[in-house]
Amino acid sequence: MQEELFTSGRNIPNIDPSLQIWHWPISLYLFLGGLAAGILFFAALFYILNKEKTYPTAVKIISVVPPIALSLGLLALVYDLNHKLYTWQLYTTFRIESPMSWGAWVLLIVTPLSFIWTFSYYREVYPGLESKLKLFQKFKFLNTFEHFIIKNRRHIAYALIPLALILGVYTGILLSAFNARPLWNNAILGPLFLTSGLSTGAAAIILLSKNTAERHLFGKIDLALIVIELALIAHMLMGYYAGSQVQLEAMQLLVGGDFTVMFFGFVVILGLIVPAVLELMELKGYKVPVIVPAMLVLIGGLIFRFVMVEAGQLTRFLY
Amino acid sequence: MRYAMVIDTLKCVGCSDCVVACQTENNVPIGYCRDWITETVDGTYPNIVLELKSERCNHCDNAPCVRCCPTGASHIVEGGIVLVTANECIGCGACIESCPYDARYQHPDGYVDKCTFCHHRLQKGQLPACVSVCPTKCMYFGDLDNPNSEVSQLLKNRKHKTLAPEAGTNPHVFYLI
Repeated sequence: MQEELFTSGRNIPNIDPSLQIWHWPISLYLFLGGLAAGILFFAALFYILNKEKTYPTAVKIISVVPPIALSLGLLALVYDLNHKLYTWQLYTTFRIESPMSWGAWVLLIVTPLSFIWTFSYYREVYPGLESKLKLFQKFKFLNTFEHFIIKNRRHIAYALIPLALILGVYTGILLSAFNARPLWNNAILGPLFLTSGLSTGAAAIILLSKNTAERHLFGKIDLALIVIELALIAHMLMGYYAGSQVQLEAMQLLVGGDFTVMFFGFVVILGLIVPAVLELMELKGYKVPVIVPAMLVLIGGLIFRFVMVEAGQLTRFLY
Repeated sequence: MRYAMVIDTLKCVGCSDCVVACQTENNVPIGYCRDWITETVDGTYPNIVLELKSERCNHCDNAPCVRCCPTGASHIVEGGIVLVTANECIGCGACIESCPYDARYQHPDGYVDKCTFCHHRLQKGQLPACVSVCPTKCMYFGDLDNPNSEVSQLLKNRKHKTLAPEAGTNPHVFYLI
């Protein structure tokens, strides 16, 4: 038996007895970043495949979501910084070893691109709004700008695919790069968060789509992604099982610990298995209100980020 | 040059003088500390072993905090000392998450703060505050690259350990056991 205590009375705010450095804004951002990455990936992909007309939601209509999600996510990120006035220091350097530096730079490119993508469909998707606001009549340069963007849409789409993938993977690698937090420190977290992000993106498209063919296609895509995600979660747990003592202890938070109900109940069962079954039933022809599986996937994805961020900070090296 | 600290756990009595000296010297905000004392009791009565340790930033060779810092505020200076430049730090907390020793904290002013091996005192040729006040003289500080230095000699002749070497950080605070 070993017992260790601080005899000098250490009780530092947010550090002792366990870390509380990253709060809900980080979890929220990881979710929004993944969601935006998923949506942008599908939008760019189906645009490149010339399926703009067949799948209008994925390419055009939903394009309003990523700029909002990324803006909110960025606000959340900055809100959780402690030395906010120095945020600009992120953009004075690029540090190849720091996932956060990668993320900061990718966001700096992806966020404006997502706005540009939305803007390029603005007159097409919201003719009513434009006839009220008359932006294009008031500001003549918008016409030239729109023309330029529409001409270069394909280039933007080609840029968005790798950028969306980096953004999606980075939300996971941000956590997995810390070997001091055994729960996070596994190589599967990057692909897992990317898959989850793509899956929530597909779910958001299903939610907004009014076109049955499109809903079915994204139902299938989402189903495949959920299966991959379940497999990756199984791999992650297997990795902990086969890991060192600190990883075994970390895993106990998820399996038979404080986060078991949240993780298995809300993330795995309600967030993945139930929507997968519902989507399968819908594809087989049963009438399933489309909002149910899509919302379950989205909420499951959000809870997953919260569980990982909160639980990870409880885990540490013991010495 | 490679600075290192050697702490004799057999001589430490856990008086916390090093903690107070650090807080005073470095103007550490109340409620915070850059070093701390742990008391580890191993075994079951009557077969127990007690170990007292003064712990702090390990000024690792392979410092995860420096690796994950997005702005380069966390950096390593000559002698292997890990420092934080306050006005480059954005307070993101990545380095705190990355430290296996939980040696960093958020200063109330926003930036991240930690042990500096009293870099400002070293420049004046003085020892770190904690080392200079230790009443049992259980703490030693010096250059590991110099084979004749006190720390090199102690590590050569005495059994020692580092904290969580399995974290792969190559820490430079050594404990004589």
